[in-house]
Amino acid sequence: MKHFNFRVFAAWIVLGNLFGAMHSAIAGGDIELHGFSEYRFGMRIESDPFEDDISLNEIRTQADVMWYGEVFTAQLKGDLIYDDQADDQDDIDLETGHGFIDLRQANIIFSPVSWMDIKLGRQVLTWGTGDLVFINDLFPKDWQSFFLGRDTEYLKAPSDALFFSFFPGVFNVDIAYTPRFDADRHITGERISYWNGMELAGQNDILITDRPNEWFKEDEIATRFYRNLGAFEVAGYTYFGYWKSPGGVDPSTGHMLFPELSVYGMSIRGPVAGGIAHLEAGYYDSREDPDGNDPFINNSEIRALIGYEWEPVKDVTIGVQYYLERMIDYDAYTAALRAMNMPLDSSRDEDRHTVTARLTWMTLNQNLIFNCFTRYSPSDEDVYVKPEITYKVTDRWQATIGGDVFSGSTDYTFLGQFQNNSNIHAGVRYSF
Amino acid sequence: MKNIKLLIMVGILAITVFSASAADLTADEIVSKANQASYYAGKDGSAKAHMELSDGRTRDFVILRKNTENSADQKFYVYFNGPADVRKMAYLVWKKPSGDDDRWLFLPALNLVKRIAPGDKRTSFVGSDFYYEDVSGRGLDADMHELIETTDTQYVVKNVPRDPSTVEFSSYTVWIDKDTFLPRQAEYTDAGGVVYRRLTADDIQIIQGYATSMKQKAEDIKTGSSTVITFSEISYDQGFQDQIFTERFLRRPPREATR
Repeated sequence: MKHFNFRVFAAWIVLGNLFGAMHSAIAGGDIELHGFSEYRFGMRIESDPFEDDISLNEIRTQADVMWYGEVFTAQLKGDLIYDDQADDQDDIDLETGHGFIDLRQANIIFSPVSWMDIKLGRQVLTWGTGDLVFINDLFPKDWQSFFLGRDTEYLKAPSDALFFSFFPGVFNVDIAYTPRFDADRHITGERISYWNGMELAGQNDILITDRPNEWFKEDEIATRFYRNLGAFEVAGYTYFGYWKSPGGVDPSTGHMLFPELSVYGMSIRGPVAGGIAHLEAGYYDSREDPDGNDPFINNSEIRALIGYEWEPVKDVTIGVQYYLERMIDYDAYTAALRAMNMPLDSSRDEDRHTVTARLTWMTLNQNLIFNCFTRYSPSDEDVYVKPEITYKVTDRWQATIGGDVFSGSTDYTFLGQFQNNSNIHAGVRYSF
Repeated sequence: MKNIKLLIMVGILAITVFSASAADLTADEIVSKANQASYYAGKDGSAKAHMELSDGRTRDFVILRKNTENSADQKFYVYFNGPADVRKMAYLVWKKPSGDDDRWLFLPALNLVKRIAPGDKRTSFVGSDFYYEDVSGRGLDADMHELIETTDTQYVVKNVPRDPSTVEFSSYTVWIDKDTFLPRQAEYTDAGGVVYRRLTADDIQIIQGYATSMKQKAEDIKTGSSTVITFSEISYDQGFQDQIFTERFLRRPPREATR
């Protein structure tokens, strides 16, 4: 019961109030209720000594209530989940998504003046140009859901934020203020095994984290400036917060840390030679390790991405990307490892090169969709393949089968560490 | 009396000149007027659309359109109300008849604005028997137009693609009403001369002075599948602002679309 705390209580109050507000205001606006029920099952295709063979076995029902008023629009969206693989379903934590309730959205949107929008509350935030590569999108991701094979919707974890958008004319500005740090729903070992620094581990070694959680002090502020230049979209970004997934470790306790992080970046996207090209880059300033000589805290990095998407034949789309992560102060990093007598063989390379490819083919009046995403790193020598077939049986019924396949030449690389988590999964969904 | 005679003479002259010029309309002029009547009525327009596919599927969306001054470019905003799996998706098109359209798709569950690669315009629009090009219009210069028949009420224009490799038809024939210039039927012919696809436009109503087809049908004669689209709540010249057709309103649908 230790998690059944103020957060949950507060969420229900917010929820209740929103419902109340909606009901009393129905006369003045339009209300819509939609959603879906879904069953998903998944299993590992190779046994993992630290995890269950069954990777997914869950029923979820999502309700999405929209209320359109004259002054503001309100949205409340949440999932009720029966998750047979979860340890303790009563243990609700709306931040990590644990428990039988996952509150996805609870917000209001309004425009106090014509050139400004405000969205307050729980919301899903996304920006940037990458396809499953995020440089300037530092909003929380749910990698566990994604790797387990839940719907792509669940890759984005919700933020509790105040989102301000300004449209003065020359360029637009978005500011997302998160009063208390929202971490990724990162890999913990509970459902996905991982490299713990020494060996592969899972349920035998659940990550313990010290998460910044002080309201209005350990906060995040992300800004985007953007405009169109002809058919091109140009944007600049800043972020002041913390590494979203654990980016350090406290050597005295072994707890994982989310060190302070600032990011400065840009992106451009537009039509080139019959396709869409995108370019994005960011400088990751790891503020707690400015010289790169602390082996327990992530170094600063330059991250850069270039991609291209086109339709070679009717109903077929191909997207390719090249992505680089370059560590800054690499010599200081290796020197620090040596000085601490820490193993160098599992240390990172200065450059991590990654190539991604996505193939999408739609047929049978776009009701049968084949989709395959591949991410390969020639420097880490690891690969992740995510094939998926979706069939829309009717407007309401949809069936999906897919897989998540990891492979690597070593256990400690970014994707190689997940090699025992390769799985296949299937789901059926009824929408209403 | 003289004045009346003069008036009558001028009148007769005017009618003669007018009908002569109407009779002398070239195929290109007819097609251009038809294109104007079908896709450019007013400065802007909006409609609710309900699609019924012959396999029982439906599509419901609101479509907003805005013309640009002194250019054939247009902007479209499409907001989906159903079915459930596409509900709240929004689609933005900056149509450029002279080149590739710019297209964006908003996926609400991810709050993601996705840029769509320019594609074959003769692919299905949202899985229906209508093509993307049927909805947004086909470039006038893409075909050579020939007036093959003039009836009491209609012009019949045959269209042959300038670049046959980019399309699946070898020609198509369009029946255009003389009074409104609205195309009422189009038949697509394959290389063997067989009609394999037919579009029809019915239920013509005059809305704010613009002749408008409220019901259109696309038939795939080979497979037997068809889609009927019915429009309602059509309105022109609402004075839409340009900003509706931007990323802001992709992420946050305007009241014009959700109402």
